[in-house]
Amino acid sequence: MFAELLQYMLSGLTIGAIYALAGLGFSIIYNASHVINFAQGEFIMVGGMASATLTASGVPLPLAVLIGCGGAMLVGVLVAKFAVERARNASTVTLIIITIGASIFLRGVAELIWGKDFKRLDAFSGETPIQILGASMQPQSLWVVGTAGVLIVAIGLFFAKTLTGKAILATSHNRLAAQLVGIDVKRVVLASFALSAALGAIGGAVVAPITFSYTEMGIMLGLKGFTAAVLGGLGHGPGAVAGGLIVGIAEALGAGYISSAYKDAVAFVIILAVLLFMPNGLFGKRGTERV
Amino acid sequence: MRKRLFATIAFTALTAMTAVSGLLSGAAQAADPIKVGAFVSATGPASFLGDPEKKVLELYADRINKAGGIDGRPVQLTVYDDGGAADKAASFTKRLIESDGVDVIVGGTTTAATMAAVPLVERAGVPFISLAGAVVIVEPVKKWVFKTPHTDRMAAEKVMEDMKKRGLTKLALLSEDSGFGKSGREQTIAVAKERGIELVADETYGAKDTDVTAQLTKIKNNAAAQAVLVFGLGQGPAVVTKNYRQLGISLPLYQSHGVASKEFIRLAGGAAEGVRLPAAGLVVAAQLPDSDPQKKVVTEFTKVYEDSFNTEVSTFAGHAYDGLMIALDAVKRAGGTDKAKLRDAIEQTKGYVGTGGTVTMSAKDHMGLTLDAFHMVEVKQGDWSLVK
Repeated sequence: MFAELLQYMLSGLTIGAIYALAGLGFSIIYNASHVINFAQGEFIMVGGMASATLTASGVPLPLAVLIGCGGAMLVGVLVAKFAVERARNASTVTLIIITIGASIFLRGVAELIWGKDFKRLDAFSGETPIQILGASMQPQSLWVVGTAGVLIVAIGLFFAKTLTGKAILATSHNRLAAQLVGIDVKRVVLASFALSAALGAIGGAVVAPITFSYTEMGIMLGLKGFTAAVLGGLGHGPGAVAGGLIVGIAEALGAGYISSAYKDAVAFVIILAVLLFMPNGLFGKRGTERV
Repeated sequence: MRKRLFATIAFTALTAMTAVSGLLSGAAQAADPIKVGAFVSATGPASFLGDPEKKVLELYADRINKAGGIDGRPVQLTVYDDGGAADKAASFTKRLIESDGVDVIVGGTTTAATMAAVPLVERAGVPFISLAGAVVIVEPVKKWVFKTPHTDRMAAEKVMEDMKKRGLTKLALLSEDSGFGKSGREQTIAVAKERGIELVADETYGAKDTDVTAQLTKIKNNAAAQAVLVFGLGQGPAVVTKNYRQLGISLPLYQSHGVASKEFIRLAGGAAEGVRLPAAGLVVAAQLPDSDPQKKVVTEFTKVYEDSFNTEVSTFAGHAYDGLMIALDAVKRAGGTDKAKLRDAIEQTKGYVGTGGTVTMSAKDHMGLTLDAFHMVEVKQGDWSLVK
């Protein structure tokens, strides 16, 4: 009974950590540019595909992840530069549509480069399951949760301690004022895209051994990440992390105790409920205080 | 004299012209192509099935044409990619029938795509050989619809036959939330009743799920279960298999013929060891006894496929090969491409040895395979191994 619950919690935590990373990516970009970037899932895909294909051709894993990360950052900057920046004065809805377009485009390009097959990436430290009080988890899950934890702390420090981080924060609070004190707002937007692309790509690389990677892997992960971000309060970093974990665990519990048929529905019920009853999410305040 | 000469010349010219035009029309008739239409899911979620199918259709149409065609008529192949979407499959079927004017259609990678095309071919009266699995395609029998792959019902029967051999009677089912998985679930439930196997768990998972440990935990904690059957396609069953080992479940694990490609072993890696599934002779071509009538066909097909594409042969490629061959064989027997005659000829297919087994169709059976077309295989050291 307890082991069962623990198993669901562990499964939910693993997948929730990924949703948290994706949700964090949404929040960072939303803060810097008020764009909801639906290409976030594709950053995850680029990371996963690059690491899987590069390691398969003999590149050592850390280097492969690094290259995937760099590739995703480049993609992120390109999306910001050529899709988002050009439509600076467009309405929010238009910007959302642009990012959806970008995500479809990226999937298409990825399919041309990597083909349609599923790619396999070996687990970073073996596949011998770890037993915890009757429940078991893959060592890779620790990698996922650990990496997500480290990245989340790193992002927090980045915003609190570095100049670029503070510049992004300032821009999110008041774009005009930030510009007046000499912050290059355009570069802040580019930096935010690069940062969330890097986050996504690392996330993609650590989950690839669990989920396999394929060109469409970003769709669901992106949607769940968006749910996480909305649940936590769009633009609220720790909120997105909490949101991701909640969605992941709710899914696992739903599949375990109610019915596995409704697993994906759980996330969408959550997002509907949040939008109806708590439009600012769990942590967002009216007028949203960001990050 | 002059008049006569003129008459002679005119007559000669006339006969020559008639002869030439006769020859020309004769030649045109001889070269009149056999129009084979196809729609497969070469891209999209079912691309690992549809892509080999498309390749094989193109390869063999080409090979047959180079060898002089069928009764001197070349095969003209029109292939569309439905991307795994049923609505696209329907519109391509329409196009094949109405604007391409095909004589026969081979295709329909997935059950959903096939079923979308069925009413159209039935109305238009075009023979259609499907490459999809579910039993609903040919049961009840539809006048113009045939299929080559083994059914999900046969897979369930084969698995339960193997269970009985091992003295197992209580089965936990985990099926995919897709057309194939849903139909497989229904068939498993029906077959279990007939065969006296008790279904002690009935779980599902989503085709794109990345974690199925929740469902498997339920099965693990179900004391009654003696074996687990997973009914799904693509990466889902590989995820299930990995999670299965992760949870340390020690019950025998069965999969359906939906994973009978090397792709599954590659994705699931070490976790696939010991998984049993029913599969066509094609995947264990080299291990078949020489007395097996399929041996020659499947080894030859494997060689041609692997030499041409430099990848492992897949049973799905075999389904497309069988579909095309059955259609062309029927053209030969029908002596042309009259659709009604062609349909009757397909229905009269007898003893055709293909990659899926020996096919003998009838008015009541539009698939023509029996249970011994399936072989029980087990994954051993990263490869298929025939279970004796």
